[in-house]
Amino acid sequence: MAKRIVVDPITRIEGHLRIEAVIDGGKIVDAWSSSTAFRGIEKILKGRDPRDAHHFTQRFCGVCTTVHSMASIRAVEDALNIQIPDNARLIRNLIMGIQNVQDHVIHFYHLHALDWVDLVSALSADPVATAKFAQSISNWPKSSATYFKGIQDKLAAFAGTGRLGPFQNAYWGHSAYKLPPEANLMAVAHYLEALEWQKDIIKIHAILGSKNPHPQTFLVGGMSIPVDPDSQSAINADKIAHIRKLLRKARAFVEQVYIPDLLAVAPAYLDWASIGGGVGNYLSYGDFPMDNSPGTGSLFFPRGVIMGKDLANVMEMDEKKITEYVTHSWYDYSGGNDKGLHPYDGETNDNYTGPKPPYEFLDTDGKYSWVKSPRYMDQPMEVGPLARILVAYASGVKEVVDTVNFVLKTLGAPATALFSTLGRTAARGVDALLLAQKNELWLDQLADNMGRGIYETFNKEKWDPATWPKEAQGFGYHEAPRGALGHFIRIENQKIANFQAVVPSTWNAGPRDPAGQLGPYESALIGTPIADPEKPLEILRTIHSFDPCLACAVHVMDGKGTEIVKVRVL
Amino acid sequence: MKTDLDIVSPPIPEEILQRVEAKGINRRDFIKFCTATTAALALPVSFIPTVAQAVEDKRPPVIWVEYQSCSGDSEAFLRANQPTAGEIILDLLSIEYAEVLMAAAGHQAEEAKHQAMEKYKGQYILIVEGSIPTGAGGGYCTIGGHSAVDDCKKLVQNAAATICVGSCSSFGGIPAAAPNPTSAVSVSSLVPGAAIVNLPGCPVNADNLTATIVHFLTFGKLPAVDRLGRPKFAYGKRIHDNCERRGHFDAGQYAEAFGDVAHRQGHCLYKLGCKGPETFHNCPTIRYNEGTSWPVMAGHGCIGCAEPGFWDTMSPFYRRLPKVPGFGIEDTADKIGIGLAAATAVAFGIHGVASCFRKGGSMEEDKTGKEAN
Repeated sequence: MAKRIVVDPITRIEGHLRIEAVIDGGKIVDAWSSSTAFRGIEKILKGRDPRDAHHFTQRFCGVCTTVHSMASIRAVEDALNIQIPDNARLIRNLIMGIQNVQDHVIHFYHLHALDWVDLVSALSADPVATAKFAQSISNWPKSSATYFKGIQDKLAAFAGTGRLGPFQNAYWGHSAYKLPPEANLMAVAHYLEALEWQKDIIKIHAILGSKNPHPQTFLVGGMSIPVDPDSQSAINADKIAHIRKLLRKARAFVEQVYIPDLLAVAPAYLDWASIGGGVGNYLSYGDFPMDNSPGTGSLFFPRGVIMGKDLANVMEMDEKKITEYVTHSWYDYSGGNDKGLHPYDGETNDNYTGPKPPYEFLDTDGKYSWVKSPRYMDQPMEVGPLARILVAYASGVKEVVDTVNFVLKTLGAPATALFSTLGRTAARGVDALLLAQKNELWLDQLADNMGRGIYETFNKEKWDPATWPKEAQGFGYHEAPRGALGHFIRIENQKIANFQAVVPSTWNAGPRDPAGQLGPYESALIGTPIADPEKPLEILRTIHSFDPCLACAVHVMDGKGTEIVKVRVL
Repeated sequence: MKTDLDIVSPPIPEEILQRVEAKGINRRDFIKFCTATTAALALPVSFIPTVAQAVEDKRPPVIWVEYQSCSGDSEAFLRANQPTAGEIILDLLSIEYAEVLMAAAGHQAEEAKHQAMEKYKGQYILIVEGSIPTGAGGGYCTIGGHSAVDDCKKLVQNAAATICVGSCSSFGGIPAAAPNPTSAVSVSSLVPGAAIVNLPGCPVNADNLTATIVHFLTFGKLPAVDRLGRPKFAYGKRIHDNCERRGHFDAGQYAEAFGDVAHRQGHCLYKLGCKGPETFHNCPTIRYNEGTSWPVMAGHGCIGCAEPGFWDTMSPFYRRLPKVPGFGIEDTADKIGIGLAAATAVAFGIHGVASCFRKGGSMEEDKTGKEAN
């Protein structure tokens, strides 16, 4: 008999996400994705100084911090036609690169791992066998039996207190956990190591941008962090050396821990290479400019679109083909709720019509989420590391092709295995690895510029709003850790007239559109086996494989026709 | 006669260290943590053993909730160093609920929260991240089908103390910026009179959070606060007072444009819009990410993120504070700081926050009063 279940809150994500699903015959037959929180930051942006926008948009999200700064800075630069200095390009690449690496590792170990790793089972592992296993997959030095015994003792002492804190009430012992105790113990050790590692390597953001989360260093026209080898208040040789040390530490962990763990755990879960595929359409804006030429020709990850899993045909991305629907979202469009609008022409009048809390179920026939439904050529699109890697792979980017083929060969899986929950998780690893290896190149180039006396990090030509045209509009792109991120800005009379963000989790978490097409989360859940409806661990696996980020996904668009907000200034 | 020198750094009792070691915590790390925390709380070194004893074996229950948040404060917590997040999770606190970290999801997660609230009624520390939207009948933010408004009220009223991390839960933050589309409020506006301490900043500085928790464990009450509910040990001085570039300010040496020679050489950022003279926070002394840096050190002015309403009152962020700098500039800056603090204190007085803090350490009294309401 069909049974409707609710998972709310989905934990180990950013933000507030709710999944409702119907289970029949041990499988999910229908699913709804709903975001249950709303802030309205775009409404708040109207009427403000476009140079301030990045401070506001960065607060869309503190997990993928920096990414919205990047996109909105680029949107303003695109609108005003500003060319940034080469040093600014390199510093931005470094900030974005390490953000991707750190974010992916945190996702793998702290947000996703407990879907695959049974913490309790680690207590019964044999430390000697664990050491042997760990040494067989990597030359990472922390792999002795004594080391794993120490971790196990600590875990046992913790469990012995009877107060499991954040690990209580979970799905331990669930039949879908397949790893041997030794692999579980190794994963617990790496969970703790990654917790230490992430706070160290992200100091790169502090060196280049004052702090993390929420670095304060981006500027329209470049970066505020100065470069000068003869100053202690700028990026100098000492700071280059510090960053280099941290980049190497980042790379070592990815190469010797993250990737080997991924490849060692995956074989136990190969059935997940045919579960959770979803919509099969992929969109990547591309990112990481390799030189300072205008346009998108030099992007390390290319821009492109793949429809219907057709890797033989990468199409050009045209942002004019993006529309957003609100048929099932808590907003109203003045021209009718079933009509799609391009972000530049978008409207948002929030109108909560959901059940009055407390409630048990949402009315999923009507409006049921704070996320809109973006579509490309009216099709739902998946974005994220998988889309980014697939577009690069299908476009023949050599480093990407080689790395993906290595992973597939190691797992003995065909390329079609990528269209899955496991494929998403593997692609994230590939993405982290490629960027961990690429980062040092950008640091070398920055040091080289410094050596040649090139210190410029900021182009001040158009800093003064008096130099701006009366009206301008721009598109700011970024391949954030979670995928294609676009900010759209319209500037009038030196103020923000309209600001919109179409972010990765909007693409992925959005509800159905007027044609009834499911959003990527919803679609990926269909067919997922559920062993125990009371403990829907399998839902977490597929949803977490997207790395949801809901604070990002929910935002008010322009509110066309709404009065421009008067902001009080000193 | 004993002098101060005689009581420098009394030892932490050996039996505490042994018990700590038996739990797998490095003895040196533990001593370092206790010393650093004592310093962060502006306590004399003679308090180190007291701090050590307080944190040693309590693992007080903590519920960490998020409403209209970006999780930036949760992430800041993950960057904590003394102690690290791993140590806090396993050794120091018993985190009963924290959406970003916890293994359980859905009704199992909510069950953990409710069980903790019942079992540790009046004993748990509540940490709130994000503002609370009061509009749309609660529909702007729900968790497990319950509105943030109801969830937050219940949790605050049953807590021993509430710590608001970040500017959103402390003062409303970005969701409450004009025109405040969701009628977002701070925790102290939602639950006036409760025992609340505010740790604003965007995000919170993890060291200030740790120090506040330890203060509570050590003395059984929240630290002394200013009129905005901010601990004096962390928000007692303006950024401008402790700024490493203060010498340049006093000497009249300013960066005129980003990237100019003066900017590269670390001169004062006042003319580029720095809000340090208006902002009370200890950024210059403790910095972020294990003391690596802070905004002014990275060449970008302060945006005043620890002050109420800063998204509206401090922006445009690149416009310099009013009045032409030069001789007498210091006066100007001082007046601005004081004036702003007074204005915001008045605003908060309306919500009854200030009156709560006048009660001092009488947490029990506060609670009784609340329950009677």
